[in-house]
Amino acid sequence: MNDAQDTMLYLNGVSVAFDGFKAINNLSIIVRPAEMLAIIGPNGAGKTTMMDIITGKTRPDAGEVYFDGRTDLTRLDEAAIANLGIGRKFQKPTVFESQTVWNNIELALKKPRGIFPTLFYTASKADIARIEEILETVRLAHRRDALAADLSHGQKQWLEIGMLLAQDPKLLLVDEPVAGMTDSETEETAKLLKSISVTRSVVVVEHDMSFVRELDTRVVCLAEGSVLAEGSLDQVSANPIVIERYLGR
Amino acid sequence: MLTQALFRALDRKAIWLVAIFVGLAIAVPALNLLVPPGQFGHVPTYMVSLFGKYLSYAILALALDLVWGYCGILSLGHGAFFALGGYAMGMYLMRQIGTRGVYGHPTLPDFMVFLNWRELPWYWWGFDNFWFAALMVMAVPGLLAFVFGWFAFRSRVTGVYLSIITQAMTFALLLAFFRNDMGFGGNNGLTDFKDILGVPVQAQTTRVALFAATALFLALSVLICSMIVNSKLGKVMVAVRDAESRTRFIGYRVEYVKLFAFTVSAIMAGIAGALYVPQVGIINPGEFEPGNSIEVVIWTAVGGRGTIIGPIIGAILVNMGKSYFTAALPEYWLFALGALFVFVTLFMPKGIVGLVGQARAMLQKRENRQAPPDQPAAPARSAAAEAGIDAQPKPAE
Repeated sequence: MNDAQDTMLYLNGVSVAFDGFKAINNLSIIVRPAEMLAIIGPNGAGKTTMMDIITGKTRPDAGEVYFDGRTDLTRLDEAAIANLGIGRKFQKPTVFESQTVWNNIELALKKPRGIFPTLFYTASKADIARIEEILETVRLAHRRDALAADLSHGQKQWLEIGMLLAQDPKLLLVDEPVAGMTDSETEETAKLLKSISVTRSVVVVEHDMSFVRELDTRVVCLAEGSVLAEGSLDQVSANPIVIERYLGR
Repeated sequence: MLTQALFRALDRKAIWLVAIFVGLAIAVPALNLLVPPGQFGHVPTYMVSLFGKYLSYAILALALDLVWGYCGILSLGHGAFFALGGYAMGMYLMRQIGTRGVYGHPTLPDFMVFLNWRELPWYWWGFDNFWFAALMVMAVPGLLAFVFGWFAFRSRVTGVYLSIITQAMTFALLLAFFRNDMGFGGNNGLTDFKDILGVPVQAQTTRVALFAATALFLALSVLICSMIVNSKLGKVMVAVRDAESRTRFIGYRVEYVKLFAFTVSAIMAGIAGALYVPQVGIINPGEFEPGNSIEVVIWTAVGGRGTIIGPIIGAILVNMGKSYFTAALPEYWLFALGALFVFVTLFMPKGIVGLVGQARAMLQKRENRQAPPDQPAAPARSAAAEAGIDAQPKPAE
């Protein structure tokens, strides 16, 4: 427990198996407050399973998962974890397609989540200003009344990042944010994530090496459910095991 | 807070609907009672009761739409809540018979005397009081839905599995109510009603008043549903329908959202049943028939799910068709209903209400094709948005 102090996310010796297959095997990762961590690794390395464990979708068989140095995440469900301040962006952009861009952000806005507060909710001036600010940040202000279904793939990715911001989380888990984006969009996304990580912790899972290079941050390479190498991107990509198991192929 | 929510609920479409049903609640009784029979404009009493029945079905369809069209829960057991509300009302009406029954027993209904029961079972206590019965009309279906939903939604039973267990629920109740020793009249159910609130059930004025009460409650249901779906909670319900796990990961307790919608819907269905029973004069276990609940789904799909007006139109039109068919060609009704459902699913995914949007989109497409290339064509989907159709309500998985 002492080890977890001063960390935003603390994973120690986490293992989980599905039908005997060890998806995560004795995984230990630490993310500090206002730090960005990039996670790379081959398919099936357990990146998404790791996110499932942190967000309460999957319960680990063994190991400790602490948030903000004190909260045991293995005892909580998805909604409770989200309300603690952990936001998650999925690999496939998942927005509420039949609702407008504005409503998507409004739904994610950090507000009481109970039934009756939600039923009688009326947006205050501050809420409206906050939504407008987020829409500016993710460059969707001109499409605020469009249905989310009508956005381009890249715009959906950005809308989902906007929803994450609206949740005002302390820790953001971002799964492949630039899949399907153009080069300039990728660049913008890197800038945005870096500016977010000034005040919040961000974990980015990504395959796109040039994007990871732009993030210019600590990198962890996962393989077969545990940490293969850790350090700067140059250190990690120079590691012979990483070359053999991941980059080389 | 409440006034704001009420204000939001009264968008233009809802105002029109509420106005129409309040208008009907006044106009139809007036045309029945004030215009003498045989004169132009007179509405015969049997017609008033028939449409009163349709309107109670419309409330039931609206209740189903709240959970299916907006929250994505395909309940195939809503007929059970309707029937429970109907039984609660039936029990009150039975107690009003008093000594006028065949056996003339002061407290026991005829079927209990016939079965040699000595005294009123405890669960019949209080049903001689209208207000207690009215409370039970809401409480019994509401409580069943709450307990059922609590277990089902917390265990994350969704999609077709949930539909199957709702179907099992109504079937189990059907079997239970068939049993004589349940104390609800068994096979025959409850019938031979005499009075409601001190006036004879069969009297022309009572039947007209029951119609008015049904129309007014339909207006109230429109208002309540409109308030719910226009609130942020309504957006959360649609979010649950379209992307359940996403909703969970932004911190909403999906099971509570579903539980709220399911319970409110069950209470509405119960009241619909209570309004139905005095107008048709009987309630029996047949109302729990799984097929009945499936019919409600068809009305809603035909009218257009995920809209307020759709299920109301669907319930009224399909039941008018049923009245006609079962009189003219009784053997073919089920075939017609099945064909209708297949047709609607294939060609009118948004139901009758969606046709407006479909037609507009088609017109727009044609216009766009004819428009000169330098004029940017308006996107076709805006037509659907104008028509107020929710884009792509997905079937419940």
